[in-house]
Amino acid sequence: MKILVPVKRVIDYNVKVRVKADQSGVDLANVKMALNPFCEIAVEEAVRLKEAGIATEVVVVSIGPAAVQEQLRTALALGADRALQIETELSLDSLQVAKLLSKVVADEQPQLVILGKQAIDSDNNQTGQMLAALTGMGQGTFASKVVVADGKVKVTREIDGGLQQVELSLPAVVSTDLRLNEPRYASLPNIMKAKKKPLDVKAADSYGVNLSSNVTTLKVTAPASRQAGVIVSSVDELVAKLKQEAKVI
Amino acid sequence: MSILVIAEHNNQSLKADTHKAVKAASQIGGDIHLLVAGFNSSSVASEAATLRGVTKVLHADSAVYQHQLAENVSLLVTELVKDYQHVVASATTNGKNFLPRVAALLDVAQISDVIAIESADTFVRPVYAGNAIATVKSSDAIKVLTVRSAAFDAVDTGNNAAIETISVAKDAAVSAFVSEELTKSERPELTAAKVIISGGRGMQNGENFALLNGIADKLNAAIGASRAAVDAGFVPNDMQVGQTGKIVAPDLYIAVGISGAIQHLAGMKDSKVIVAINKDPEAPIFQVADYGLVGDLFAILPELEAKI
Repeated sequence: MKILVPVKRVIDYNVKVRVKADQSGVDLANVKMALNPFCEIAVEEAVRLKEAGIATEVVVVSIGPAAVQEQLRTALALGADRALQIETELSLDSLQVAKLLSKVVADEQPQLVILGKQAIDSDNNQTGQMLAALTGMGQGTFASKVVVADGKVKVTREIDGGLQQVELSLPAVVSTDLRLNEPRYASLPNIMKAKKKPLDVKAADSYGVNLSSNVTTLKVTAPASRQAGVIVSSVDELVAKLKQEAKVI
Repeated sequence: MSILVIAEHNNQSLKADTHKAVKAASQIGGDIHLLVAGFNSSSVASEAATLRGVTKVLHADSAVYQHQLAENVSLLVTELVKDYQHVVASATTNGKNFLPRVAALLDVAQISDVIAIESADTFVRPVYAGNAIATVKSSDAIKVLTVRSAAFDAVDTGNNAAIETISVAKDAAVSAFVSEELTKSERPELTAAKVIISGGRGMQNGENFALLNGIADKLNAAIGASRAAVDAGFVPNDMQVGQTGKIVAPDLYIAVGISGAIQHLAGMKDSKVIVAINKDPEAPIFQVADYGLVGDLFAILPELEAKI
């Protein structure tokens, strides 16, 4: 069974995000970039399925400029077998990404697509669901457990009130939540080995997908900041403030 | 102009998120039709008809919608959507599950997690975990939005909208519901509670979360947790407040033993009043708290319970 894992290069989650003064976006100049944390979990899950003898090949794909090869190499170092970069300088919306990925699905014919539930930059939480729609596959979103057996995948999903199990026919799309697994660290020998693993590059234009979006960003601003309040000295003072000043209890 | 809002429910009653999604829709302007897709869900349809601002309830009642599987619900919504300019759902795990599927089938973008409606085509949404706020404009023929419940007030009830039965039963036949384990609680839900008390890593273990119970009882509060507490295994994930958990904005939020990582602040900083109880006076939570109390939570919690 082949598993396709789409991944995204994003700002490192430890970096303090700064909005540009001209409100055109977030300042990404000289900022540390990394593999999106949810994508890392997706790679780990695919590699574990391969180690368990369920998957035979793990293919990672990322869309973007040459810089995304860094994240593809990271995924290869974590255990993916080969990588595909779909090259474009455009910053694409989820729908355009899903359309490109649907073409990759048609080329590669994976039995399972595992991807992060959301990227920590755009916070869209859309690509997996859209890819599932475009390919007619079932979707197991926000997965905290994935079991493949008998031509089906059983996914435990983290939902608002608790957990839900669904069973999907293969091929299917699974999007990862945080508790699915704890990704490993790439060892130095594996990082060296990853440099020799195959990495193909294809132009985004070659897929015949309309890459323009009908959504434009008018401005990006910093959120309203909250003022620190007062430090109270006792529980009595706290209760008094809540009752008389804030009037919330 | 008309707007299709998709109701959030459990086949028995409507979730408070729907009242807020209808409020968001009312700010777009136009007729609001509320779709209830479920099974044996006529009580939900009746309740939906009472929401102020709803002009019509569409009720699709079929076994294929019992668990609101995204594959089936998205086919239903796409079938109905021809007559609408906007489709709105709550940014709950349910809305986030099926609505992108609808958008893709319609070949339009989805605008996720809208926190303000500027006009019929311009919306405000947080990005980068709320560290930046984007204003976006869509020229798609149908605007597909999920709206953040915490950012909108609930509409009143007392309406008596017409209920129209929809006989479309779409089964994509690629997915099946197996089982569900829902946390049983007498307390209000996190996203609907007026008061929330949350514990963090400072609670030290899961048993100590019981220290929050008495206060929660007295204040009719929901109990939440930081990601650190969830990751440490103290409590289940559905209690998590934060960027990767639930986004809340209650009247009163009490953070106990929570340091205030950006991840957590993203989920609660729009609360009206924030109280922080932490032994570390340098904890970042104090920078957003209206009232801070520095000290040992194990001494403070019993005293607080006794005095409120």
